[in-house]
Amino acid sequence: MTAALSPRLTAATGGRVLRQLRHDHRTIAMLTVLPSLLLGLLYLLWRDVPTPPGQEPVFDRVGLTMLGIFPFVVMFLVTSIAMLRERTSGTLERLLTTPLSRLDLLLGYGAAFGLAAAVQALVTVTVATTLYDLDVAGSLWLVVLIAVVDAVLGVALGLLASAFARSEFQAVQFMPVVVLPQFFLCGLLVPREQMAGWLQAVSDVLPLTYAVEALQEVGASADPTGTMWRDVGVVAGVALLALALAAATLRRRTG
Amino acid sequence: MTDAVTVRDLVVHRGRRRVLPGLSCAVPAGRVTGLLGPSGSGKSTLLRAVVGVQHIRSGRVTVLGEPAGSPALRSRVGYVTQAPSVYEDLTVRENARHFAALYGRGAAAADAAVADVGLRDAAGQLVGDLSGGQRGRVSLACALVGDPELLVLDEPTVGLDPVLRVELWQRFAALAAAGTTLIVSSHVMDEAGRCDRLLLLREGELLSDSTPAQLRAESGTDDLEEAFLRLVRARQGVAA
Repeated sequence: MTAALSPRLTAATGGRVLRQLRHDHRTIAMLTVLPSLLLGLLYLLWRDVPTPPGQEPVFDRVGLTMLGIFPFVVMFLVTSIAMLRERTSGTLERLLTTPLSRLDLLLGYGAAFGLAAAVQALVTVTVATTLYDLDVAGSLWLVVLIAVVDAVLGVALGLLASAFARSEFQAVQFMPVVVLPQFFLCGLLVPREQMAGWLQAVSDVLPLTYAVEALQEVGASADPTGTMWRDVGVVAGVALLALALAAATLRRRTG
Repeated sequence: MTDAVTVRDLVVHRGRRRVLPGLSCAVPAGRVTGLLGPSGSGKSTLLRAVVGVQHIRSGRVTVLGEPAGSPALRSRVGYVTQAPSVYEDLTVRENARHFAALYGRGAAAADAAVADVGLRDAAGQLVGDLSGGQRGRVSLACALVGDPELLVLDEPTVGLDPVLRVELWQRFAALAAAGTTLIVSSHVMDEAGRCDRLLLLREGELLSDSTPAQLRAESGTDDLEEAFLRLVRARQGVAA
């Protein structure tokens, strides 16, 4: 049974996670700067490759997509490690003996890392559009919003995955298991229309597909489209579902 | 005298091992009850069952009138695990304030709890930079901060120097005098004398449920360690 949600306890947890981050200066630096540097590498990679007439430059498509993939991957990893630490240090067991409900704990994590992702996305979008000439037809705020929703998806899946990891070795290997298939099938490497039918069906049920499609909609259209809002809704819905599942797998009583 | 905790026919398995084969005991309210026994005797398992985080096979654990682990108990029971379970990447003060927030208390209560365990001067330090004994005291402060009616402490004095140990036991006595019920586990028999009530556990069985004075009288020795050994031998004599 999950006790009633408490915004106060969710906020206390989120604040605690952010305070932990604040003491870790190197992690803050990496969270803020690393995606921009990696994006710069992609920019340099394609800078001298000529764009065929009438086509969108490759970097505009790939770079924009990466703005959604970075926060997803990074937050998945950071969260699954953070949760595993809660488990192994005994703090999780202790938290579960306090009035904190399981969903409060997980939403607190989602809120804290979602906020960190917002800062990351603001920096990366600014750098990408000024230094790397990334061309986005729609609003940059929508790009930031989609990046944050992606990050929350990463947090939720990371929390869920950590329930199945018994050791750090296992936790780290959940990253390729959860992230890479979604990356391969999201439509960035091969357009979804060109995939074999069954791969397209798999791609249809993977949340990252919708995140990437939402970003491509913003990239191509000056005004927000209905498809984009539907995609954002799908990603947010899957994130909430994963959080609920993670809460259900978080056992108060253990062997 | 009422009982704060009653345990009836508690059976707990951990993996394939039967850790508690059917334990029954009671903990009086407003006293310091010592749970003593060698390492592996089932002390931590019993304490985990009392705070409601242990999966149990059968039996009943009642805490402050409610089934162990029920939501209503979570603000009334404080639990300090054997290994300090606090955040190493937060300061002492931040840890205490976090747990204070979870119990619905303010920053002042947190600072008072930090002072209570003698860490006022270390309040701004990261827990990861503290010694093992200091970390244990941070962990204790994070339970004290909720001002619980029942305080469950798993080996709180391990790794503490003798002066601090004495201070801590004085603190436990003071809490009990103010009405708090304490269950304190230890594998060091010289701490047994400081308890109001003693539960001696060996291989999941309750060897003795008495007071230090009764135990000394029954076994005919003033040394509680020796008293424990005599009880073990007597039990083995009966078994053979």
